[in-house]
Amino acid sequence: MTDVKTTSMTMIEAIRDALDVTMSQNSDVLVFGEDVGYFGGVFRCTAGLQEKHGLHRCFDTPISEGGIVGIAIGMAANGLRPVAEIQFADYIYPAYDQIASEAARLRYRSNGDFTCPLTIRTPVGGGIYGGQTHSQSPEALFTHIAGLKTVIPSNPYDAKGMLIEAIEDNDPVLFLEPKRLYNGPFDGDPHAPAKSWKGHPLGEVPAGHYSIPMGKARKVSEGHDVTILTYGTMVWVAEATAAKLGLSADILDLRSLLPLDIDAITQSVKKTGRCVIMHEATRTSGFGAEISAQIQETCFYHLEAPVERVTGWDTPYPHAQEWAYFPGQKRATLALRKVMDGV
Amino acid sequence: MAKAPKPVTNRSRLHVPEPQFRPGDTPDYSHISVPADHTPARPDPLCEHHETAEHALKLIRVLRFNGEAIGDWNPKLSNDALLGAMNDMMMTRAMDERMFNMQRQGKMSFYMKSTGEEAVSVGHAMALKNSDMIFPTYRQQGILINRGASIKEMMCQCLSNSGDPLDGKSIPVLYSFKKHGFFSISGNLGTQLIQGVGWAMACAYKNEDGIASVFTGEGATAEGDFHYALNFASTYRAPCIINVVNNQWAISSFQGIAAGEGETFAARGSGYGLATLRVDGNDILAVYAATKWAAERARKGGGATLIEHFTYRQSGHSTSDDPSKYRPKDEARHWPFGDPVERLKVHLIKLGIWSEEQHDALAKSCKVEIRDIYKSAEAMGDLSEKTNVNDYTMFEQVYERPPEHLEAQRRMFSEELDE
Ligand SMILES: Cc1ncc(C[n+]2csc(CCOP(=O)(O)OP(=O)(O)O)c2C)c(N)n1
Ligand SMILES: [Mg+2]
Repeated sequence: MTDVKTTSMTMIEAIRDALDVTMSQNSDVLVFGEDVGYFGGVFRCTAGLQEKHGLHRCFDTPISEGGIVGIAIGMAANGLRPVAEIQFADYIYPAYDQIASEAARLRYRSNGDFTCPLTIRTPVGGGIYGGQTHSQSPEALFTHIAGLKTVIPSNPYDAKGMLIEAIEDNDPVLFLEPKRLYNGPFDGDPHAPAKSWKGHPLGEVPAGHYSIPMGKARKVSEGHDVTILTYGTMVWVAEATAAKLGLSADILDLRSLLPLDIDAITQSVKKTGRCVIMHEATRTSGFGAEISAQIQETCFYHLEAPVERVTGWDTPYPHAQEWAYFPGQKRATLALRKVMDGV
Repeated sequence: MAKAPKPVTNRSRLHVPEPQFRPGDTPDYSHISVPADHTPARPDPLCEHHETAEHALKLIRVLRFNGEAIGDWNPKLSNDALLGAMNDMMMTRAMDERMFNMQRQGKMSFYMKSTGEEAVSVGHAMALKNSDMIFPTYRQQGILINRGASIKEMMCQCLSNSGDPLDGKSIPVLYSFKKHGFFSISGNLGTQLIQGVGWAMACAYKNEDGIASVFTGEGATAEGDFHYALNFASTYRAPCIINVVNNQWAISSFQGIAAGEGETFAARGSGYGLATLRVDGNDILAVYAATKWAAERARKGGGATLIEHFTYRQSGHSTSDDPSKYRPKDEARHWPFGDPVERLKVHLIKLGIWSEEQHDALAKSCKVEIRDIYKSAEAMGDLSEKTNVNDYTMFEQVYERPPEHLEAQRRMFSEELDE
């Protein structure tokens, strides 16, 4: 990629750029959702797309998440590549039936007669005082569904490449956007001054078309003491915590939860013998439980300590107690110490 | 992708509705006819639902712009009731103003005003019993004020401080006041509609006199829950009122996105066999009269009524919104139905029980009263630095009794605090 021009972008701009690039190349790509048209989305991810690509290619929908995903399925089955936005993942549940029973199973049910190349984008995670209805991380409710893919970037570079890959995939993909990372990396300390993507290497986004293959984790740092498996906002919390503790951590940003890069996971855990899984979502039946089970299956005889999980508590996401709920550096520290104490 | 990319074309027969005016345009509402005479007639509240079919398409109005109140919907309220209505609307407006400004100063995370829609909430509340359960959205604070809820408690909720009755669990404005017949507000649009129908069915089952009154914005009528509500309310003749507050906007999308450009929101009820009324929502007497009618129908076993309150959202959607990005800045001023507070003021002056001076004095005293209440609320903390609620409360009320795994997490949390 030596000759490709790069631009410093926020994650919002990178997502917009991915949409713009695919819309420019393929008239089958349509973008719609609540407030995404003229206004450009409550997080501005679709700003300017209606003006550039036309009213009929980037438009507002009624406030009906089931309706939004329902029309997207019909369009996808009829040869288009819709990219539907659900304004907050917390509002995706009215669409759950359309996603779980329909989008995910259309190919199977019709034995390949109909397919559903659909992308659903939705912001996830906390950190913005959004309370119960603007903070949830419901990924595990979707990774449990056969026929659906679920991905989640942690930086602008990945966001663009992964979104293009999602749009071009011939199966339905749920594309989760950690909203706390939209404007900059976040290490879990709400009192530190906000960081921006400007000047960050992962904020340098190549122009034009590129994609990141689904099911491939990103190595955040190479280390030998402990493996940290994480994704979304927690990638940055993990990195900062390991650095503070002076640990040589092998950190994997999973990026794609389903399909999962089990090879990369296995390789790393076999090397370090210790593993901490970190996600923002609630603990019980969270995606960490799945990862932990797979590690137990593939790496049991290499483990030096039980696998630890750092997660949100098993409560709804509170408003005022946001930072007591959020799995920040302290919770990460305790878990890392625990797995390292075996040393 | 297997196929080669297709070239982009810009031709399409797909229809996407657009509002008439965008930023930079001069709004012109001359096409919205303001009915001069106050049709349609007031039928018996126990009439057949189809006798209200035309009411779904017209507009019930009582107050003329010159301050006269006329027609058979005129509720002929006492002077005291009218002055009380003015006070409640002005208090609601003053509170919204104050809270908005305090949010701007970082005292709370978020706020939502109801400016321009005070007649809907106050007029509606006045026509119900205080025990009738409201299933509100986030724009009916006027109901709480009319019912005498503690403004300080409301403010403490928004400030998420030690006086917050919800212990910081919810974002600002998502109140819960069972003692004032005000159901816990959900952030998930539309969900309350069908729950309110269920509440009303329970009232009927228990042979109680109470009714439920459920609210939605026009935007959220697109959710399935709205259609569930109309259907169930019709099937079981649930003693309830289903209110659609059509304030023209749903964040940035105009009402044509929610409904298409055909019928009114009230007309949605006709197909389900509900009584349907469409009312000038900036006319507090019309709101009161329509609500009285629907409440009587519900209480006497006539079933549910769908009321569309035709009004205008004067402010941004919330403190996170900038409406000048998607609609003309001065659109509110051009709104042909005026402002609900002004409309009532002109009426009171016409009646000879009010004056400009008294009006200004009331505006001032509301402002002062709200300021003083706010100060006492803020003395209990705000969200600008750190939370003033006990963090451990986040583990409470998840279940009646916390299961062991949650107790374990509570212990993990205290370890974390020691760290
Ligand atoms: C299920 C769901 N989808 C989306 C949202 C985000 N949202 C909050 S308010 C709003 C607009 C609602 O408009 P309307 O129903 O007209 O009510 P208004 O704000 O005008 O009072 C949207 C889209 C939500 N809260 N819940
Ligand atoms: Mg509205």
